[in-house]
Amino acid sequence: MAFDKMELKDIEVWDGNHAAAQALRQCQIDVVAAYPITPSTPIVEGYAKFLADGYVEGEFVMVESEHAAMSGCIGAAAAGGRVATATSSQGLALMSETLYQASGMRLPIVLNLVNRALASPLNVNGDHSDMYMVRDSGWIQLDAFSPQEAYDLNLIAFKVAEDHDVRLPAIVNQDGFMTSHTAQGVSPLSDDVAYGFVGEYKPMNDMLDFEHPVTHGVQTEEDWHFEHKARQHNDLMTKVLPKIQTAFDDFEKLTGRKYNLVEKYDMDDADICVVCMGSSVETAREVATEMRAKGIKAGVVGIRVLRPIPFFEIIDALKDVKAIAALDRSSPNGAAGMLFNELAGALFNTDTKALLSGYVYGLGGRDLTKKHLVDLYTELQANVDAGKVTTKLQQFIGVRGPKLAYL
Amino acid sequence: MTKKGWDEFEIGAMLRTFNGKIDDIAGTQQQDRDYSQSSSYTASVADWRLIKPIFNKDYCIDCQFCWVYCPDVSIISRDKKLIGVDMDHCKGCGICVEVCPTNPKSLLMFQEQSDEESEIANWPKKDEGEA
Repeated sequence: MAFDKMELKDIEVWDGNHAAAQALRQCQIDVVAAYPITPSTPIVEGYAKFLADGYVEGEFVMVESEHAAMSGCIGAAAAGGRVATATSSQGLALMSETLYQASGMRLPIVLNLVNRALASPLNVNGDHSDMYMVRDSGWIQLDAFSPQEAYDLNLIAFKVAEDHDVRLPAIVNQDGFMTSHTAQGVSPLSDDVAYGFVGEYKPMNDMLDFEHPVTHGVQTEEDWHFEHKARQHNDLMTKVLPKIQTAFDDFEKLTGRKYNLVEKYDMDDADICVVCMGSSVETAREVATEMRAKGIKAGVVGIRVLRPIPFFEIIDALKDVKAIAALDRSSPNGAAGMLFNELAGALFNTDTKALLSGYVYGLGGRDLTKKHLVDLYTELQANVDAGKVTTKLQQFIGVRGPKLAYL
Repeated sequence: MTKKGWDEFEIGAMLRTFNGKIDDIAGTQQQDRDYSQSSSYTASVADWRLIKPIFNKDYCIDCQFCWVYCPDVSIISRDKKLIGVDMDHCKGCGICVEVCPTNPKSLLMFQEQSDEESEIANWPKKDEGEA
């Protein structure tokens, strides 16, 4: 191969961005088309540096916008390359039109989405509004809670997305700054082992196969569009989760690190639990352990795979708890939170009598403190003791001023 | 030709231009290529044409201007001689007539329903006023 390998230590001190960039290098991405935006910039900068330094054989395409970035990725993926990019917030908003093109065209692009608030007011810090905005775009969405997971999930994302039974693009989420810029110990794989796990890219219907010319990005009207979208949804609903589970199993055999569609923490005998995503999962785990020391049976459910939603795994994780808090780090702007609705939808036809309440937190990078979570668990226990939800169904936590609660 | 069924398309609404593998496509003339039914070559895409070009070979000097300028590759040329217009793909834009340098022109636009033989029989004479 025409590039140098990199010697890595057993444990490297990497932030989430660098971890993702290293994963892109090890996967030997053919094309990165990118436009910089805080806090995701170091991922594509990192790839560009590895490329310039001869550690990867590929192309970095500098474009004039995020719309052009994803368009470039779509073209390169249709041509038959392994393709990735990164963005955040406003960049994702500008990219959103082309996200639907990528999934509809069944191109296995990997997008590192470093979660950041959406303006206005302008804000560069982490919340999940961008992640939520594109949840119906047909992309697989994985969520990393730490730099290690950002690294691991990138490798897993390529393996799943590129599978010929899947052929769907994947987003790897990580929290802006809290994960992307917080350096932690990360155990990487060696270059050869990482590349061996992801495997050689196997093109499918690629435009560079000159003996079999193809047209990508066609138009279908009312006589065809529905069948294509139905097939896309069907493949997301039936094929992707088993492939992710297989990739998780293979990854565990290789590294000892075990991932699950739904990450359960102390859920075996939990009475009350918090369901959340991103770096908040780690905070909630710490607080749950402290609540246990006080005799409250607290647990945490982290959503590892947001799309396709692991509907039955969510039911299985929550079937025996008495009170559940759904934590949404995105303003629902006129509705219950997304996680609240997903959990309610999953549990509604089951026998559970669990009390479900929703919380909106952490907008624009506002910290979710341990105190917030102690209060929240205490509230859930009070709900259990009262046999009903004692608060409004939707509460804002961590915001100044009088208590905001709705529904 | 049996049309492909709704459930026979490949994922991504991707369409193949040819049936099976192709070889030396640049050296194969259009009528000899194995175009698939998803290629527009096998379909008429001219049903909204209102006026059409008629070719009068008596005046043609085979300069190939029309072939070069046609935006839809609808001028059929073989061995550098214009032999006709592909009426399944011509949209009737009239560019071929515009660029034709002969006097009188070798291509003229007529109403879609006009009869080729009678229009050629009544072809305009040389414009003596033209320099």
